[in-house]
Amino acid sequence: MIRPDSPTILAVRGLHATVNGIEILKGIDFTVRLGEVHAIMGPNGSGKSTFAKVLAGHPSYVVTRGEVTYDGQNLLGRKPEERARAGVFLAFQYPVEIPGVANSQFLRLAYNSVQAERGKDELDPLEFDDFVRAKMKLLEMNPDFLDRSVNEGFSGGEKKRNEILQMALLEPRLAILDETDSGLDIDALRVVAGGVNQLSKEDNAMVLVTHYQRLLNYIVPDYVHVMDGGRVVKTGGKELALELETRGYDWIGNENPASAAASA
Amino acid sequence: MSTALQNLVNQPYRHGFVTDIAADVAPKGLSEDTIRLISAKKNEPQWLLDFRLEAYRHWLKMEEPTWPNVRYPKIDFQAISYYSAPKPKSKLASIDEVDPELLRTFEKLGVPMNERAALAGVAVDVIFDSVSVATTYKEKLAEVGIVFCSISEAVQKHPDLVRKYLGTVVPSGDNYYAALNSAVFTDGSFCFIPRGVKCPMDLSTYFRINTQDSGQFERTLIIAEEDASVSYLEGCTAPKFDTNQLHAAVVELIALDRADIKYSTVQNWYAGDEHGIGGIYNFVTKRGLCKGSASRISWTQVETGSAITWKYPSCVLLGENSVGEFYSVALTNNYQQADTGTKMVHIGPGTRSTIISKGISAGHSNNSYRGLVRIGAKALGARNYSQCDSMLIGDKCGANTFPYIQVQNAGATVEHEASTSKIGEDQLFYFAQRGIGTEEAVSMIINGFCKAVFQQLPMEFAVEATKLLGLKLEGSVG
Repeated sequence: MIRPDSPTILAVRGLHATVNGIEILKGIDFTVRLGEVHAIMGPNGSGKSTFAKVLAGHPSYVVTRGEVTYDGQNLLGRKPEERARAGVFLAFQYPVEIPGVANSQFLRLAYNSVQAERGKDELDPLEFDDFVRAKMKLLEMNPDFLDRSVNEGFSGGEKKRNEILQMALLEPRLAILDETDSGLDIDALRVVAGGVNQLSKEDNAMVLVTHYQRLLNYIVPDYVHVMDGGRVVKTGGKELALELETRGYDWIGNENPASAAASA
Repeated sequence: MSTALQNLVNQPYRHGFVTDIAADVAPKGLSEDTIRLISAKKNEPQWLLDFRLEAYRHWLKMEEPTWPNVRYPKIDFQAISYYSAPKPKSKLASIDEVDPELLRTFEKLGVPMNERAALAGVAVDVIFDSVSVATTYKEKLAEVGIVFCSISEAVQKHPDLVRKYLGTVVPSGDNYYAALNSAVFTDGSFCFIPRGVKCPMDLSTYFRINTQDSGQFERTLIIAEEDASVSYLEGCTAPKFDTNQLHAAVVELIALDRADIKYSTVQNWYAGDEHGIGGIYNFVTKRGLCKGSASRISWTQVETGSAITWKYPSCVLLGENSVGEFYSVALTNNYQQADTGTKMVHIGPGTRSTIISKGISAGHSNNSYRGLVRIGAKALGARNYSQCDSMLIGDKCGANTFPYIQVQNAGATVEHEASTSKIGEDQLFYFAQRGIGTEEAVSMIINGFCKAVFQQLPMEFAVEATKLLGLKLEGSVG
């Protein structure tokens, strides 16, 4: 829902970032208020995933210019784990496998680290087991997942569900979903989208990074942004996604990118 | 490698200190005279002197092995002192009489042996440089007929047992370092479990190399008679020195019919500094003989120290249906080099063996697994399962696997699995993005990786091993 009056959770101004000395983000302006759902679309190599990783604090990316405030405070100086504990969540495009570490153990440690930050009680393994099983039902996940190693041998769809499960557990204030729809069949897409819709509340915000409009049939965004060449080149409502679906990305370059970026 | 990771794996060695005890040190150099001196100092019988001299003459004709995947400057065997004993003030009747300086050393090591022994029910045969200074719980063990003492004492008090078994598993001319050890060994542990006795407690030895430039040549002999069983723990730490120290031990295990020997090691000798200066050279021959039918020998090792590790705890499966096991975690950091693994030699029919090896390399270190599975012509129905996993931390270290498999009959089953994984920036970022810091993430990954081996360690040792790996890999992050 568009909420011009609700507090700003994320404000990005003139953000530039490099990886291995190559500039990928070239001046991003982007604002998200609590309760909103934003979609970021754009062709391959436009900087969408880089933007998501920079917000989460991936160490390979260096911010060279610009500022990012989260909840009114500077985000860029903070370590990735501090950002996570403060409520910034990134659902990964390619979740890594961690052999030998049980999913249940990993999930509980993650949950407790965020709970501790919020001054809430941590859960022991038995309490956590009940809690996590309830959340898994929401995502139609087999409880066997708990005993397996984190993401090891998971199918693409299982990995993505595991990401959404973590989102459900950690209850982030700002969730960034990086191409969560890629590699999902239609049933998995429905389940994942259903989970996201249930988790979307007035006191949090979602940013969906996606290549295709398909996901947006299930999760309806308030804003659609188009990225190209490391900038946000156009911003519109949900109908922009449909227009992109029929016309592709090429036509956007012909419009004035500066005015599009300014309207973000 | 990220700075966080670098800090993490570069914890300084915490056991670097020298105990100030007047040592009785032999002049440097090796000759027949040195060997006669050692033998005379220890008041040994003629047969043992002959055993030593034969080994020495053999050693003179042997070549230092060059096949291991390790690099080090040539060792000058004439620059080593082959005998060093702390001077006892008087004969020790109880632990109270042990040099307090020595006890403090053990406390610094986190091994308050009196308390530890009493609380944990562990009998500790303490080796300090080359002579045992105290043996606890001996009486209690003696009640059930168990002999647990230094090998020097065993030579005096149980010469027939020592003579019957010494060198039967690792012959004096077996390999270069075993021959050297046979010639000059100064002390070690001896353990004899008579027929039908289940040893009521874990037997434990703490080794410590103390005098600078004194080579340490321990000799351990463990015999379990028919239906006997024993669990033996060996823990090692050494103080910090800038010159390399040679350590060439020999351990022999003998299991008769249905006997069971479990030998666990946690090794944390000084590994050299972060530039690869100093550290122990650990060239060890460990071998167990499953002589009787349905006997079992199990090696579990957690290797975290030494500049160079060259060690293959092995099982010779002679008895019908005997079982050999090898569970290993080898961690190398900085410029450490490890070439370690096992040999499972199946001779008897129905013999089985299991090999689980986990290698962790960090820094500039090099970690090799080398294992031999040999199934002889008469080992009908023999089975082996091997699993060798390597983990790399950072991008300047190396991991290698050299499996040798020789099968001489068609009825045998041999399985080998291997994997290599890496703790990379992306894994740590994944943990961090879920609120889990680097230290905790690395510890979780390592413990998960080593779980199959840690499960084999006795409870107390498992805790120690987990802590030790943490110590080696954790530290001030960021």
